[in-house]
Amino acid sequence: MRLSMLPQVFVQMFKKPFTNKFPAKYTPSSTTRFLENVQNGKTKINPPVETPPGFRGKIQYDREKCIGCQLCIKVCPSGAIEFKPEEKKIKIFLARCTFCSQCNDVCPVNCLSMSNEFLLADTDKYSKSLIVE
Amino acid sequence: MKQQITKTTYQLPIGPIHPALKEPVMFEFEIEGERIIDVNVALGHVHRGIEWAGMQRNPIQILYLAERICGICSYCHPMSFALAVERAAGIEVPERAQYLRVIQGELERICSHMLWAGVAAHEIGFDSVLFLTWQMREKGLDLTEYLTGNRVTKGITMIGGVRRDITNDMHPKIKEALQYFKDNFEKLRHIFLDDKTFKMRSQNCGVLTKEDALKLCAVGPTTRASGVKKDVRLDQGYFAYGDLDFDYVTPDVLTGEVHGDVYDRIIVRLLEVKQSIDLIEQCLNLMPSGEIISEPKIPKLLAILKKLNGEGIGRMEAPRGEVIHYVKFTGQDSPYSWKVRAPTYSNVLPWIPMLKGGQIADIPIVAASTDPCMSCTNRVAVVHNDKRYELDKEELHRMSIEKTRRLMT
Repeated sequence: MRLSMLPQVFVQMFKKPFTNKFPAKYTPSSTTRFLENVQNGKTKINPPVETPPGFRGKIQYDREKCIGCQLCIKVCPSGAIEFKPEEKKIKIFLARCTFCSQCNDVCPVNCLSMSNEFLLADTDKYSKSLIVE
Repeated sequence: MKQQITKTTYQLPIGPIHPALKEPVMFEFEIEGERIIDVNVALGHVHRGIEWAGMQRNPIQILYLAERICGICSYCHPMSFALAVERAAGIEVPERAQYLRVIQGELERICSHMLWAGVAAHEIGFDSVLFLTWQMREKGLDLTEYLTGNRVTKGITMIGGVRRDITNDMHPKIKEALQYFKDNFEKLRHIFLDDKTFKMRSQNCGVLTKEDALKLCAVGPTTRASGVKKDVRLDQGYFAYGDLDFDYVTPDVLTGEVHGDVYDRIIVRLLEVKQSIDLIEQCLNLMPSGEIISEPKIPKLLAILKKLNGEGIGRMEAPRGEVIHYVKFTGQDSPYSWKVRAPTYSNVLPWIPMLKGGQIADIPIVAASTDPCMSCTNRVAVVHNDKRYELDKEELHRMSIEKTRRLMT
């Protein structure tokens, strides 16, 4: 049959776009000004699609619970975790993290967990928001 | 007087970085006008040293490295590695984990084939179908994210089992997604198999005969489309596939005859999507309760693997064909050797008989029809009468669209 896609295309024309316009509905003329306005509470971010339960986002580290066993360092596939010998605690570089959550599984005291935070883009790989300690 | 040399054929080098095939690979075409009369393929332009990197890591770390060999086969590579390690160490995988592994594998197959179908449509210039299939694939990716935690790098594999269970409260969402695929399958089948545009571009184009498929050791849907009954899931019976009811997918199931052309490859992949939906449903019904991993304590598992002496091979049917991982341990932290053979390696040589006798405008769709799994982009340099000009991806794509238009009128 010829043009079998045509009915589908017509149906699609009257449907709402599937894309979630994140972070803003229309491209702002200045991204930095837009972000400033968001921080000052003048404009709101169009929320991203919700993450499912069990999503592997930014690592959260419970410093008090950590016993410094270094098992997480042994299994980390990208070498994102550093040991601080004097305090016997760890430091996680998120710029290297692959979000596999293997360290969460191996931790004997469950001091690591995955949050659903995924907006981690930064210009500096050693910025404060990209280091968990 | 200077003698005029007349040549009837010209050479058309494509690659090492290339048009539609998304992998650095070198082609040398011998062309006569528009017709391809000879092809030469050279591989080996994307050596990333991933196996060497693996030899510096312990098996648990390699699982995540193997996941990054390919973005679309991000489940079958680590799983195949895990199979190899399990065989080397003699680890028994619990029955429930075997079923869970099948579910994840088949879900990946659905996503991969849907992606391929969209790419194939794009290659012939039928972009509205690309968007339709990828919209459906989105549902598959959502389900993957729901089951494993991420859309692409699933991180579900573990040596001796899987990392995440499918609980009863997850069933409705899986069933809903499967129902969506079933509802839309007919629409997709109608567009891909009945549409005139697809038929005229894919029928009798890129033909791979059964003899050639056997001789060149093609794997996966490429070989099945030529009528060869070859499927690791049935031949080897790993995971829980032995308990499930399914059969080889060859194009004669639907049309009654085998041509081995691009159209047949579309049929095979579409039918495999349907088969995968059915397999997931069977697994959900048959899955016994119990453990999902044989050794939940990872430090203990690592200690076992450290003492290990021996080698193992893991074979499984990836969406594109058979993937093989070989691993050898000599009692050290990291394996002594690790070798990966991805399905595309076997599917490259069949390009030669497929492309011979075809047209330049058919190169994108024929090359894409084996679903080559590679890295991206490129350009073609054409040398014609000592004058060098370039054919880039856009140009080839435009030629492909033009051919479709020409055939329409």
